[in-house]
Order: sequence, then structure tokens, then C-alpha cells
Amino acid sequence: MSLRRPAVRLAAAVLLGVAGVVLLVGIGWAALAPIRFASREEVFEIPKGTWARRMSGDPVEILPSEIRLTLGIRDVLLLRNLDDVPQTFGPALMMPGQSFRLPFEVASSYQFACTAHASGQMTVIVEPQPDAPWARLRWRAKTLWRREEWR
Amino acid sequence: MRRSVALLLLVLAASAAGAADAPALKAGVFDPPRAAPDFSLRGSDGGELRLSRHRGKVVALAFGFTSCPDVCPVTLATLTEARKKLVAAGTDLQVVYLTVDPERDDAERMRSYLASFDPSFVGGTGAPEQLEAVRKEYGILAEKVKTAAGYAVAHSSSIFLIDREGRLRALMPYGHPADDFVHDVQILSAP
Repeated sequence: MSLRRPAVRLAAAVLLGVAGVVLLVGIGWAALAPIRFASREEVFEIPKGTWARRMSGDPVEILPSEIRLTLGIRDVLLLRNLDDVPQTFGPALMMPGQSFRLPFEVASSYQFACTAHASGQMTVIVEPQPDAPWARLRWRAKTLWRREEWR
Repeated sequence: MRRSVALLLLVLAASAAGAADAPALKAGVFDPPRAAPDFSLRGSDGGELRLSRHRGKVVALAFGFTSCPDVCPVTLATLTEARKKLVAAGTDLQVVYLTVDPERDDAERMRSYLASFDPSFVGGTGAPEQLEAVRKEYGILAEKVKTAAGYAVAHSSSIFLIDREGRLRALMPYGHPADDFVHDVQILSAP
């Protein structure tokens, strides 16, 4: 048993060291690697049957009242109405099967009247492109956090 | 048979290339576009205002009211500047402005208000229920709010872009510069 203790300590130290290196590499990658996505579209869909669910009293929330986009990375809002009835989704009235693709080119906060929300408002916050390492790191961390929150 | 398959592939490839090359609009785009709902209102020019009367020109359709203190003057000034640039480049744009305040906005008041921006702009007014029906077709919100001076109307501020065939192609959110309208109208005007 006494022989084992130093071996356990060593193994623990090695593991900690490896974890530290992995963490540092991860942070370094998150700060330095360019942010790339296959698509610049942030997609929200109204599924089929949404209107029927709302009519039956189910308060369906599809579109968050605040959407955050980032210039050069995710700067296009794509809304799709897959339901059988017209739906007002953000700023647009869309027919069944119709989509609305809204690009943003200026970092700002945009307010839209929207009947899909109890507040009657939808806000789209468009943030500048994160070019500096610290900005990239912060952007990745925030994006990860928001995705977990929205799930 | 082989020849027709090759021809079909060629047509598909050409249309795919065309779609990929299609210049993107600055405005939000509806896909597929639907026919812009037509309406019959009292025009600021004294006649009947029908959207279909402007088929063959790109139309910028805006909703507002002549007493609007901030949004409408900016929107109309932007459209004035855009139209000036477009006309200089040989492209026409018809601006149609429908009131959300028929109590105060009669045809004459709209005519003189719009003429202060551009005499070619056409306004539309009518009975409240007529205008409400038009707003519903376009998904426009308008709500009276009390102010110290009486009332104002909070309303959707985006501008619809309707192509020469009368299809509702795009929605330009408030705040875009005149050059974005010039860009999009030129694309929509292309044959």
C-alpha cells in the first residue's frame, strides 16, 4: 500500500498535467482558430401543427424574443413557415411553405413588431465580427452557453 | 433519348448556375414570392389607387401617417433620395404610401405631404376597415397611442418591395440607407 501511494500521486499528477495541456490547447484553439460555419444562416422554423397547438391552448414558443447574430459568421436570419396557415414570424407575414431570409450588414440592435411574442416585440442584436483572439474566445464561450440555454 | 437527357441536364445545370449567381438583395427576401395583395383605395392624386395600376414598375410600399414625428419622414426622405439616384441611372421606382391614420389623413393632406418629398409618390387612404383589411393582408401592425398632443399611431416600419410582375419579393427593414434601395430596385427591375 505504501508503495502504491507515490504511484497514484504520480498518475494523478500526469493526468492533471495532460488535462491542463488539453485545456490550454483548447483555449488556444478557441482564441486563434478562425470561426467558420458551413452556413451563415440562423434558422428558425414554425413546425406543422403550430397553429392547431396554439388554438388548443398550448403556448408554443418557437422564436426567442431576442436573437443574437454575428457579422461575417451568423448574420442571416432564415425564418420558415412549415405550418398550414399564414404566420407572422418576426417582421414578416409568411404564407404556408414560405420562407423569409433577412441578411444583416451593420452591427446594431434591431427592433421588430412581432405578434408571435407576448411582448409584441422581437429584438435582433447583431454583434461585430470577433477578429481579436480574446473576442473569438469570448464569442465561442457565449455561443456555447446560449445554445445550452436554448436547448 | 440520350440527346433529350443531355439537354435536360444542361438546362438543370444552367438554372442551378443562374440561381447561384443571382445577386442577393439587401432586403429580406420571401421565397417563393407571392402575388402582392391588391387593393382599391382613395388615391392622393384624386383617383382610385390600385396596386395593380403600377404593374411594370418596381413598387416600394410603405405604411405610415402624415403626423408621424420620426419614422415616416426618415423613410420618405430615404425613398426620395433612392428614387432620385434610380431615375438618374434610368430606372423608375413607384412609391406607394398607405395611411394608418385615416381619421386625419385625407387625400388632399396626403398629396401635399408626399409632394414635399417627391410629387411622384402616391398616397392611399380610405375607410378604417378598408385600410385594416389591407394591413392584415401584409401583416402590418398599427395601434393608436395617446400622446400629450392627442394621439399617434405606432406602426410597422418596414417597406415592401414589389417587382414589375406584382410579386411581393422583399421587405426592407427600417433604417437601411438609400443606396440599399437603389441596389435592390435595380436587381428587381432587371428583365
